[in-house]
Amino acid sequence: MYVYDEFDWTFLEQRIAEFRDQVRRRLAGELTEDEFKLLRLLNGVYLQLHAYMLRIGIPYGTLSSEQLRALAYVARHYDRGYGHFTTRQNIQFHWIKLEQLPDAMMHLARARLHGIQTSGNSVRNVTTDQWAGVTPEEIEDPRIWAEIVRQHTTVHPEFSFLPRKFKIALTAAEHDRAAIKIHDISLRLYRNEAGETGFEVGVGGGLGRIPYLAQVIKPFLPKRHLLSYIEAILRVYNQYGRRDNIHKARIKILVHQIGVEKFAQEVEQEWQSIKDGPLALEPDAIAEIAIRFRYPDYERLDDNPDALTAARLRDRRFATWFNNAVNRHKVPGYAIVTLSLKPEGGTPGDATAEQMDTIADLADRYSFGEIRVGHEQNLVLPHVRQRDLTDLWRALDAIGVATPNLNLVSDIIACPGLDYCSLANARSIPIAQELTRRFRDHEAARKLGRLHINISGCINACGHHHVGHIGILGVEKNGEEFYQVTIGGRADEKAELGTLIGPAVPYGEVADVVEDITAAYVDLRERPDELFIDTVKRLGVEPFRERVYATRQGG
Amino acid sequence: MRLVKAGKIVQDRFVRWSDDGPPPEGTAVLVPHQRLFADPALLEREAPTGVIWPNDRNVAELAPYLHRLAVVALVFPTFKDGRAYSQARILREKQRFAGELRATGQVLRDQFLFMLRAGFDAFEVTKDADAEAFADTVRRYSVFYQPTGDGRPTARAGRLDRGPEIGSRAPERVPLGR
Repeated sequence: MYVYDEFDWTFLEQRIAEFRDQVRRRLAGELTEDEFKLLRLLNGVYLQLHAYMLRIGIPYGTLSSEQLRALAYVARHYDRGYGHFTTRQNIQFHWIKLEQLPDAMMHLARARLHGIQTSGNSVRNVTTDQWAGVTPEEIEDPRIWAEIVRQHTTVHPEFSFLPRKFKIALTAAEHDRAAIKIHDISLRLYRNEAGETGFEVGVGGGLGRIPYLAQVIKPFLPKRHLLSYIEAILRVYNQYGRRDNIHKARIKILVHQIGVEKFAQEVEQEWQSIKDGPLALEPDAIAEIAIRFRYPDYERLDDNPDALTAARLRDRRFATWFNNAVNRHKVPGYAIVTLSLKPEGGTPGDATAEQMDTIADLADRYSFGEIRVGHEQNLVLPHVRQRDLTDLWRALDAIGVATPNLNLVSDIIACPGLDYCSLANARSIPIAQELTRRFRDHEAARKLGRLHINISGCINACGHHHVGHIGILGVEKNGEEFYQVTIGGRADEKAELGTLIGPAVPYGEVADVVEDITAAYVDLRERPDELFIDTVKRLGVEPFRERVYATRQGG
Repeated sequence: MRLVKAGKIVQDRFVRWSDDGPPPEGTAVLVPHQRLFADPALLEREAPTGVIWPNDRNVAELAPYLHRLAVVALVFPTFKDGRAYSQARILREKQRFAGELRATGQVLRDQFLFMLRAGFDAFEVTKDADAEAFADTVRRYSVFYQPTGDGRPTARAGRLDRGPEIGSRAPERVPLGR
């Protein structure tokens, strides 16, 4: 956990006092809705179909049990008893009243939570690996760097009114769990051949109407220069990014219009003039952030305690869950446990106030009071003693978050869609719910292997459909909901954009199409362990297209 | 619209001048950038001259004129268009422009601190109530995370001044009154 100091606290209290005054001025008519819109967006407040929505950032996906209880409190007292975890490690409340917002915010602020820059044309919540600090794969804890970037970009005097939203993601592990390539800036912390650690910096990733993956413009950036280099990118973008057309305002469009080489040159020139100035990160400044991260006081334990091994052999349901949800921790005797927020028939990423409170209690008992949120819309208990796994599993199972479907076909990423969102063209949630019913048999799903389905209710792509192994995009045709289906996308270190398999299909046929695609895969794969994504890579979309459209026309 | 300078509402002594003819003797004027390019001799007048610089043009082009310009007025066509913040920082921090840097266009109280931090020192404030609230508004924050040319001390500087906590894990520091 990062613990606040007096500077962080004072800043946050001043921010909420400012927003309280802005709400007062809006209610008194001193601010027009147009003026207020920009200010509320910078505090995470959207106006949706039915009500205001409050989006709270969870920096680098790390939550304390106290914070999760504060979220549960807000869900219960200001919303309808639940919250929705998003693909950017945030949580959204969809039913909050404007006049209650400052109070809800103050309650969250007491637990160091806020919605600053979770929307608006600003630098958004910096995201990273939900296993940061605990996975044996990483070279160091990326959250220290995410925190340094977070502070630097918070209420930045130059970059709070950018052409469009701006997203930064960071990973320090070989396997990318943070989907960095679909971000405006991607940062990969690695060790070069000389043994120094630094960042590979990419720019211009993003989904939406015109999807691109980030392209590398700096193969190795020494850590000392992280802030000055980001500052240079933002300065070029702030001045030259398009502002005449909202659909062409993201940095990816600028990068592609002027060319990545030219863009890199502009950044380099700007960077050279500022890199040794006040933004240079000296070791003492880095240490000041690093020491504010607390790590648990782990016990000395052995891996695979006898009781665990026995339970795996004795209890089939436990073994299934264990094989699906438990991952290796860097400290012997501990494990990383993922909680599925994708139960059969549920809304992906939703958690009730009761679930949040219980998970907070379980975190206190079994995970040093810490919880993580991943971009796949699931939660993680990052430091569980292996000998506690059976007890923990029973408790998780009792509240419905032990579905053994992680990374399988029913572990679906979905945006809120037309049920909530004023931008959506089509529903996302009911499609996800139907798919979880179709693929309710976990044994069959396990045999399909890793398979990510991503659903977006409109072209803005909040459900990241372009990078789903199977991507589903809602569109509107003559007042009806239709869905385009892509296959072959992926968001990890081998990121790729999916390919459209054919004409859009109506709402009622989407689940059938997905079943056809998975059936085709089972017939086409070379071996039982060739993953869906690898079969698509090997064969292309054609055989899948044939199978899906053999019996239907599409719209 | 009110002009705020040095934290106070003041009379604007500059007149916007876009006619082709020469400005009246002794009158301080603000001219559009095209006018400055067409007639650089304007800068030789006794009375001060300033320029209104559009937000889609590189401020580096102003370099030959800066030493004689009394005012550079940058433009916020709407307050969501933040290009002039970069222009201001470049003028102040790289080109070392020391004259008046004026914010024009849609200027609301909610931008004052951003503008001050970027180097603006004069504000054509859209709403009178906002101009009157200037002094209170800019005191809203005492903690800043980014070093800019305005010299306000940052959280980073405050932390380093506090002395090293390395060796013992930093305690969570809670503000007074919580």
